Amino acid sequence: MSVHVEARNVVKRFGPTVALNGAGISIAEGETHALLGRNGAGKSTLVSILTGLQAQDEGEVLFSGEAAPALADRDAWRRRVACVYQKSTIIPTLTVAENLFLNRQRTSGRLIRWGAVRREAREVLERYGVDVDAGALAGDLGVEQRQLVEIARALSFGARFIILDEPTAQLDGPAIERLFERMRALREQGVTMMYISHHLDEVYEICQSVTVFRDARHVLTRPVAELPHDELVAAMTGEATAAYEPRSRTAGDSVAISAAGLSLRDRYQDVALDVRAGELVGLAGSGSSGKVGLAETLVGLRRADSGTIRINGVAVRPGDVPSALRAGLGFVPQDRHREGFVPLLSIAENATLPIAHKLGRFGTVFPSRRRARAVRMIEDLDIKTEGPEQPVGDLSGGNAQKVVLARALSDSPAALVVINPTAGVDVKAKQSLLGAVEDAVGRGAGALLVSDELDDLRICDRVLVMFHGRVVRDVPRGWSDQQLVAVMEGMEE
Amino acid sequence: MSTATPSATPSPPPAAAPAGRLRAGAGLRLGRFRDLTLVPVIVVLLVVGAFVDPVFLTVGNLTNVLQQQSALALVVLAEAMILIAGKFDLSLESTVGMAPAITVLVIPATAGGSGLLAIPLCLLIGAAIGAFNGFLILKFQLSAFVVTLAMMIVVHGLHLGLTGGKSLFELPESIMYLGGATWLGVPASIWIAAVLFAAGIVGLRYFRAGRALYAIGGNPDAARAAGIRVDRVLWTVFVIGGALAALAGVLETGRLGGISANQGVGWIFMVFAASVIGGVSMDGGKGTVLGALTGVLVIGLVENVLTLKGVPGEWKQLVYGGIILVALMISRVAGGKAQD
Repeated sequence: MSVHVEARNVVKRFGPTVALNGAGISIAEGETHALLGRNGAGKSTLVSILTGLQAQDEGEVLFSGEAAPALADRDAWRRRVACVYQKSTIIPTLTVAENLFLNRQRTSGRLIRWGAVRREAREVLERYGVDVDAGALAGDLGVEQRQLVEIARALSFGARFIILDEPTAQLDGPAIERLFERMRALREQGVTMMYISHHLDEVYEICQSVTVFRDARHVLTRPVAELPHDELVAAMTGEATAAYEPRSRTAGDSVAISAAGLSLRDRYQDVALDVRAGELVGLAGSGSSGKVGLAETLVGLRRADSGTIRINGVAVRPGDVPSALRAGLGFVPQDRHREGFVPLLSIAENATLPIAHKLGRFGTVFPSRRRARAVRMIEDLDIKTEGPEQPVGDLSGGNAQKVVLARALSDSPAALVVINPTAGVDVKAKQSLLGAVEDAVGRGAGALLVSDELDDLRICDRVLVMFHGRVVRDVPRGWSDQQLVAVMEGMEE
Repeated sequence: MSTATPSATPSPPPAAAPAGRLRAGAGLRLGRFRDLTLVPVIVVLLVVGAFVDPVFLTVGNLTNVLQQQSALALVVLAEAMILIAGKFDLSLESTVGMAPAITVLVIPATAGGSGLLAIPLCLLIGAAIGAFNGFLILKFQLSAFVVTLAMMIVVHGLHLGLTGGKSLFELPESIMYLGGATWLGVPASIWIAAVLFAAGIVGLRYFRAGRALYAIGGNPDAARAAGIRVDRVLWTVFVIGGALAALAGVLETGRLGGISANQGVGWIFMVFAASVIGGVSMDGGKGTVLGALTGVLVIGLVENVLTLKGVPGEWKQLVYGGIILVALMISRVAGGKAQD
């Protein structure tokens, strides 16, 4: 097979930091090639160089053996490479049609012909099987549809090479399956793809070969079939890591989180659950199962239509976060960027927000005490930082998530609700996050872990599975992936 | 501005999954009405005005309303474009007074032939202020709000300093002409505003450069990825905005026959009120020039009704603000979506 895309000895510096240090990749025609590495390994930098958004300082980029076009020649780049970026490049205030043909709308003279733009947009959507109304506002689309529009737009330039940068980060199980089906169909038609993800199982499912970067350097390139899981993780982390071993423990008698008769229209109906002290309970289900809505109700971010919630034996006011916190709850919200932290405030301030009242009297906060607490948290959770005064906004995804978890744990909560803690977080950070949750449970907290990741749920003592707004099964530890997925998809054996 | 060549019909790419259903662009047609949520408000104002005073619904009075608002309308046009592109310009109001004032100081009434250069010079001053704003915001990477707040003070300060705080009355003929002339029975300033608004409506709807404003205001990174030269487009918008504000100054000067030291001062609040009740989002990416125009009309009609009703000057502000709030609520209810 001939080489479709190649980057050789690429060096890229940003001031004093070296983002890529003589790294390279070689992707064969028609294959789906995974690019793996921990946060900060240089993946994003390579993507921006391969898509022509930034120039490398040294080294070269070749497409089918020819040198890459000049940086300013956007059209030439777009004919060679298409990219679905991690961050959405859809403009929410414009229609789907206009998003598809942004800055290349069909014109007569210089006037845009809207009829032609809409017609061509419908053609593109139809050609790629995207069931979306070309006249709809892009902001009204769901995450999956928006991504499909981005893929259709990327392909409509005629590129035969697509980069998919963490496309599954925000999709639920069935949507990921549909995306993979689409990727397989594209591969059959000879499209070359580079696939970036933190989910190793996805790499094994969809990719033929894999390249691993570590610390801005190329570590290995191998066919996926010849690379065992442990070896891949070892290549990414630079050390042999044992697979995460769930710990065994015995639950206490008292109930940490208890809900009875909870219902919220269009989300979940008549849910009852009990999480005992010292118990770690998983909550699984597809994106539409209502699991996140339920968890957000438990912590007070949403208000149920009916039902009661007790935290640590205390009935909490529905829809009132402070009341839940007072009862001894700590939680990690779904979207850390929106609800998790204040990016401009320091780690110390973010991590101690809920316990500010314990750091001084009469509304004052002693900086020295806050600093001491923060230093301890940074050690406990192994947060990579310059110090407690660094703003959380500067941290990588995994470390920012650790700060959010540190905050949830700051008051030694009796009850803990954690929603998708490992989303967009690399292998090693994942382990320390899950370890911290298990530590808290070991100290006697009752925890509810909501996750889309089967790997996260493996540490749970039992997993409650939701389907269409109801808790349908209580699965004890020792399940297999197939079993759990079957229950989540409503396919009872 | 960006004029990347249109790539021809995309080369035959692979057909992926089975084709999906096709639906008509119902959302788009609905979207068009969103610009016109103020039309009911205007109708109400016309009806109320007719009851308040029989003079209200005469051609003479309505022409008068339009003429009075034409200068403000140009500034609203400028601000609407800047807001749609996701930026801010508070200094426009100071340009309205300062650009003609400097022009008159450079080209006195006695200049004779060189008086013809007065309007081009005035527009150039406005454009230069816009260009300087653009420089500070784009090249220096400062916040548009703070930069133009400072520039609002600086430009007005320059006006006061150079004129000694006095009103200017001896003006060249040419700078007076546009604000007072009548073409085909309609004041020239109405023609000018009408033509420029028409150009704005067409430009922002049917030109790539115009659509680029929406793209930049909606998501600048996505606009850049689509090959739009974001900084260049924004800079151009600031320059056009400054020139429009200067032209507004010319119209206002001609209408009033002089340049007071306070010309334009306080306009910016009306400008924002008109833009926002007209549906232009302060967050960028949303709104239309037509919507902004309806906003100007609402403000003009309210002012006119209040004057005809003989509301005392001291109470006008209160009634004015209250009516703007009501208009906001009506357009919010009619538009359906939460305002931003």
